[in-house]
Amino acid sequence: MKTLKRDYFINFSFILPALIIFSLFYIYPFINIFFLSFTGNELSGGTKFVGWENFRQIFTEDKEWWNSVWHAGYITFWALTFQNFLALVLALCVDRAVKTGRIYRVLFFILPILSEIIIGLFWRTLLSPIKGVAAPLNISPVHRLVNMLGLGPFLGTFFSNPLNNPKTALTAVALVHCWKGFGWGFVILLAGLQTIPEELYEAARIDGAGLFQRFFKITLPLLMPVIVLVIILTILGTMQVFALIMALTRGGPAGYTEVPVIRIFNHLTQYKIGYASAEGLVLGLILIIVSFTFMQLSRRVKQT
Amino acid sequence: MDKAKKAFLLTLMHTFLISVAVSCIFPLVWMIMSSFKTYQEFIQIPADINTWRGFLHWFLPHKFNLANYISAWRDGNLGMYFLNSVIYTFLAVSGIVFVSSLAGFAFSRLEFWGRDFIFHLFLAAMMIPIPAGFVPLFVLLTRIHLVNTRLGYILAMINVGLSLSIYLFKTFFDNLPRDLEDAARIDGCSKLRIWWNVAFPLAAPATGVVIIFNALNVWNEFILAVIIFADKSKLPLQAGLMEFAGEHIGNEPLIMAGLTIAALPIIVVYLLMQKHIIKGITAGAMVG
Repeated sequence: MKTLKRDYFINFSFILPALIIFSLFYIYPFINIFFLSFTGNELSGGTKFVGWENFRQIFTEDKEWWNSVWHAGYITFWALTFQNFLALVLALCVDRAVKTGRIYRVLFFILPILSEIIIGLFWRTLLSPIKGVAAPLNISPVHRLVNMLGLGPFLGTFFSNPLNNPKTALTAVALVHCWKGFGWGFVILLAGLQTIPEELYEAARIDGAGLFQRFFKITLPLLMPVIVLVIILTILGTMQVFALIMALTRGGPAGYTEVPVIRIFNHLTQYKIGYASAEGLVLGLILIIVSFTFMQLSRRVKQT
Repeated sequence: MDKAKKAFLLTLMHTFLISVAVSCIFPLVWMIMSSFKTYQEFIQIPADINTWRGFLHWFLPHKFNLANYISAWRDGNLGMYFLNSVIYTFLAVSGIVFVSSLAGFAFSRLEFWGRDFIFHLFLAAMMIPIPAGFVPLFVLLTRIHLVNTRLGYILAMINVGLSLSIYLFKTFFDNLPRDLEDAARIDGCSKLRIWWNVAFPLAAPATGVVIIFNALNVWNEFILAVIIFADKSKLPLQAGLMEFAGEHIGNEPLIMAGLTIAALPIIVVYLLMQKHIIKGITAGAMVG
């Protein structure tokens, strides 16, 4: 069957709606952000070219920006260790106790599908002191529960006002993030585990391999691609966390929980378009470098 | 392994699983229970709190009072935000399904110049992170006068879901036998009719995944909404919740009622369709 020019045109028209929206709302902004990052801070009309000035400021003067990157890195550290480790252990448990496994899968995945705003506002309400009562009772609802359970002496200092205390705010935010996110890693890791054929375990058992041997010789190597996927998506997602922290603290107290995207957002609302664009590019570059290095590393580990 | 050791390990695993499950569910139940309480009820602590009876007396509402819900829905404007979200989600998801099934069909079945290049362009958009993509997007919307319009927000949300949805449709069509389409072509159907009458109905499983993934995405979206909308009356639910919580700081049970209004529909839909939702989300993540 010969394809005529007219056919090409008709065929092309099928992707035209997608291409128009994509060009306008993705490709054009993607190119434009590079130009914007070299301009001053006026929204329209008077866009002034300022050269590398925005980047110079970010790299040499803006200590708060690098603090915010560090904060996101700290939350990412919690997500990579605590959250993902919990997800992996849970997935291993459920993979074995398959009979009731489906219930846990349903329960653990409720939190990931709820919005960051709901989760954030919920914990902000429960972790902030109740204002309408007199002195001994004006503690947060969670602090009350902790006291009730007799855990006050151990956890009281943390839970007295965690989101408003510069020492605990970032850790509290990270813990809420892990609480919301572990079910997501769990579901993906479990899906990965269930692709490992049962026969492999059978064979290893017959050969006399113990629980740990089976884990390190079969499960871990075969699950590695999924683990790498979860790690990379955790890094990308957590470094760009925004809505959860807006709902929990808005970056407070005094910037102690500020993360890069909050700074970019704030600069945008102050119409510092050029500076916000430059910050976005710097963060994007950091993310590309980090995830690329990680992929190379994991590839090298696999080869040895 | 001997039986006693195995039983011990199983008990340990179940205890662990159950305690994690409780840590997920208990706070949500706490939220729902608090939402029925009056403010006085919420802040009081009974003297016998350390007994089970006292604990339940503190935890459960004295009666299921809907006043907070009525107040949040009407006076707190959550009804308005909720309706906005329903409209945005419906229109954006319909747009995504229409546009991306057309494109996915073309990428899989039809020939045209630059096909593979353009498809890889869509794929690349999924891979490259631009954390500040909303900055140039805001500049664009300002230039074409779509800032603070519902149309601007819906188009932006269609764009967000496009790449993944096109990929899902394309791979689905790649694995679909062409027999029926060939039969339709021999009968003289145009390409557009083959897509609408044959291919699209056959792609129902892919359409389901696309709908679930994107509906959840649009419903939970926050940052674009606060950037694009200046009028409170146009805000979707997530951005509206922030307004609502800001206006009612200190009234904990009222905020809990607002959060329950936002969370409960999602939880109910999720429990009804959890199998498909989990499959859809995992499929989405695996692609990325």
